[in-house]
Amino acid sequence: MPDVRIGVVTFPGSLDDTDAARAARYAGAEPVRLWHADRDLRGVDAVILPGGFSYGDYLRCGAIARFSPVMGELVPAAKAGLPVLGICNGFQILCEAHLLPGALARNAGLRFIHADVALTVANAATPWTAGFASDQRLTVPIKNGEGAYVADQATLDELERTGRVVVTYSDGALNGSARDIAGICNAEGNVLGLMPHPEHAIDPLTGPSADGLGFFTSIVGALTGAGVAR
Amino acid sequence: MSDKDTIEVAEATPEVQQPYKELGLTQDEYQKIRDILGRRPTAAELALYSVMWSEHCSYKSSKVHLRNLAPDADQARHLLAGIGANAGVVDIGQGYAVTFKIESHNHPSFVEPHQGAATGIGGIVRDILAMGARPIAVMDALRFGPADAHDTARVLPGVVSGISFYGNCLGLPNIGGELAFDPSYAGNPLVNALCVGLMKHDDLMSAVATGTGNKVVLFGSRTGPDGVGGASVLASATFGEDGGRAAKRPSVQVGDPFMEKLLVECCLELFAAGLIEGIQDLGAAGVACATTELSAGGDGGMLVDMDAIPLRDPNLTPAEILMSESQERMMAVVTPANVAAFLDVCRKWDVEAVVIGEVTADGLLTMTWRGTTVVKIPPRTAADGPVYQRPLVRPDGLDGVLASGPESLARPAGGPALGDTLLTLLGSPGLADKRWVTQQYDSRVRGNTVLAMPEDGGLVRVDEETGLGIALATDGNGRYCSLDPYQGTQLALAEAYRNVVMTGATPAAVTNCLNFGSPEDPAVMWQLAEAVRGLADGCKTLGVPVTGGNVSLYNQTGATAIHPTPVIGVLGIHADVSKRLAAGFAADGAEVVLLGTTREEFGGSAWADVVHQHLGGRPPAVDLEAERKLAALVIAASAAGVLASAHDVSDGGLAIALAEACMQGGRGCAVTLPGDPFTALFSESSARALVSVVPGREAEFAALARQHGVPATVLGVTAGDTLSVEGTFEIPVTKLTSVWTATLPAIFG
Repeated sequence: MPDVRIGVVTFPGSLDDTDAARAARYAGAEPVRLWHADRDLRGVDAVILPGGFSYGDYLRCGAIARFSPVMGELVPAAKAGLPVLGICNGFQILCEAHLLPGALARNAGLRFIHADVALTVANAATPWTAGFASDQRLTVPIKNGEGAYVADQATLDELERTGRVVVTYSDGALNGSARDIAGICNAEGNVLGLMPHPEHAIDPLTGPSADGLGFFTSIVGALTGAGVAR
Repeated sequence: MSDKDTIEVAEATPEVQQPYKELGLTQDEYQKIRDILGRRPTAAELALYSVMWSEHCSYKSSKVHLRNLAPDADQARHLLAGIGANAGVVDIGQGYAVTFKIESHNHPSFVEPHQGAATGIGGIVRDILAMGARPIAVMDALRFGPADAHDTARVLPGVVSGISFYGNCLGLPNIGGELAFDPSYAGNPLVNALCVGLMKHDDLMSAVATGTGNKVVLFGSRTGPDGVGGASVLASATFGEDGGRAAKRPSVQVGDPFMEKLLVECCLELFAAGLIEGIQDLGAAGVACATTELSAGGDGGMLVDMDAIPLRDPNLTPAEILMSESQERMMAVVTPANVAAFLDVCRKWDVEAVVIGEVTADGLLTMTWRGTTVVKIPPRTAADGPVYQRPLVRPDGLDGVLASGPESLARPAGGPALGDTLLTLLGSPGLADKRWVTQQYDSRVRGNTVLAMPEDGGLVRVDEETGLGIALATDGNGRYCSLDPYQGTQLALAEAYRNVVMTGATPAAVTNCLNFGSPEDPAVMWQLAEAVRGLADGCKTLGVPVTGGNVSLYNQTGATAIHPTPVIGVLGIHADVSKRLAAGFAADGAEVVLLGTTREEFGGSAWADVVHQHLGGRPPAVDLEAERKLAALVIAASAAGVLASAHDVSDGGLAIALAEACMQGGRGCAVTLPGDPFTALFSESSARALVSVVPGREAEFAALARQHGVPATVLGVTAGDTLSVEGTFEIPVTKLTSVWTATLPAIFG
């Protein structure tokens, strides 16, 4: 079985890139560091856009990162089916790049929130969630200042109807996210944006649980054909 | 101030009146500068000396006392670099070393809370970076006026948002600290920030400019008109009775954490590539400090072309350029052969870098500007600064305060009243749940945080393979210190030491931030001298070195000083973080044991404060030998896997420790108290801990306790969902939690 190679992009201001690479490694993949200024995905099998404050995010979060050279390669690759996971700032970048609909707005309460929250896997059929059971509950941290998912009503209805709401906040969204949305995917299911940080829940020693590891083992399973359909 | 004031002009015009007083210098100091130079200083030189000789930069009032902190050979056995460098460096084994330091940003945080606190984080992080270390975590020790005071509603949320904004965006986990309230801090909040960095032994960098012909590179943000005189007119002066905040706002720096993140990664890449001969961060006193300290620490000479310094505002005068405290700047000494490679790394990280000068052999710091020479001084004269032996007087009225002890205060009688007292303390702002604050901090980034607030100490994994880690805690208690600064400082040291031990780590080094009033008040100087003496003696007894620190004076408004508040940080080494202990009761059916000896000690206690607003009598006795024994026991028991939890007993006594262990573990306990229940519950005797024992290992633990000479009192067992104190009260854990968590959100929204 060939090693799965998962790319982790570092933008200036990326902070959770080390964590995302560690999560990929814990899941049995080989993490491959990708640099924002390189128009090169180095032949990876999947890509993670990690959390942080790309380019400082003094403008709208992710608004500058979407124009970086690496995104010039990533956007067409994602449209062609490359699995992409955007976590927190990565989710914001995916929205800015129009790989996902909607946007992430300032938290209700206007403060940064770091807390361990309960999540529900609403769609366990994507390559990033196939290792979970449907409606499985997870404990994973959130840590964001602009994590309230917003979209127009029609988009929200469409996302819910088509199973593209992949993860929800089980006990309500502390950050005021519409319809308690914690993560959504594109129509094809290969691009997932998550506001919570599964890479911080891969070992009970350093996180609230190891529940988050499932996202990374799911994609490794999907890419190695371990009984998971794409 | 003229911007054409060259050394030739200065020589020709000795009579010119100079604004030395406005810059914070005394007449004697001004005369001393004239004597050193043999002429009047130029405007730029005057600016340089004024910031370098400020209390903040020169430690001129505290230096004679701080000498007592120098570690002896036994204390220094694990040190790779000690006091004097930007921060001490401690060998933690397996080829790793850590460096850590705590610093104040008190005055700026009162004037402009958000930016003041933010740049406090930025400054301490650059200090650690300048040692060659990767910053891996921060902590903050915060003290404010009463939680419900009008101005606290301005200062606290601003300070917290500043720390959150800067630390989170920089990507450093915030793993703990303190939050305290007292009227003494109403006009002088204390914002102390700690940073810890990790390196390999060979990575140690030094702040010296050696090698004639080597280039001096300034890199990072451009120099702007922000923070001009931050070290002198802001940090080294008291606030007037009117506060005087607005006029000082331009002396507060403005932070850009994104630039700092780039600067950190850029520096680490430069270190790894071996492109740096010497490096200094730019903090207080900016370019003035970096150039004088680098040259004073090295061969003594440097020629700086001020026109090469990238500016945000082209109208800045040489004096303003020297005094500016614009953030996110570093200065490095680089061999000519390495300059191109150095600039390439900076370009990769989008960090502006410019060669502004070179190391010379003439022993002088010379600066040119627009074709003229505006600075020409022997740098050591600016870097060393004056030393004052200020008068010390034990405060008037202290005897009266000591005599008015807590013995006469009305005590709760009967079980329900004791239970109500627990709830009153638990809901008081200083003891209540601090999540309103800590929820705004990222404690998880970098993925190595094993313990963070509300645990007794923060714990960070250093090596994923071996489980090596470091623990950190900060503690201070201004109330104890106002009663007895010697003993109070030792109590703070003992508490931080104990908090590190509670994780299972072995204490290895100490840092300190000494927050006091005006050194010009002999009573304040007495407090400072006593505190330093207490810290020095305490560290010797505990066998741990002080590796660095910071002194913040002039924390007073008018004639009223803050409580003397030394904040002590202790760093410990954890052999295997997978065996870490947490405060919460982690298992049902576990024996609950109180370690140490409880005496009737209520002077300066949380109970006397919260219930009676009383401050008097003696603080609790210090027994550092007992602290050492307790530490040895907990470390041994933790390594043997005998303990299920461990929690320090301090503010609010056993009652608060029991409540926190129940709430954080999510389970209750049933205990029986020895002796007088009030004393058992609320006394603040030191050298105590509350532990629970892994079921089945009770005899083993009892034997260990005997072997270590630590009194161990079995109180009961963990069980159910109620805190039950036999014959006294029963309070559901959910009730404890609702009282504990309600306070800060009710005040701050």
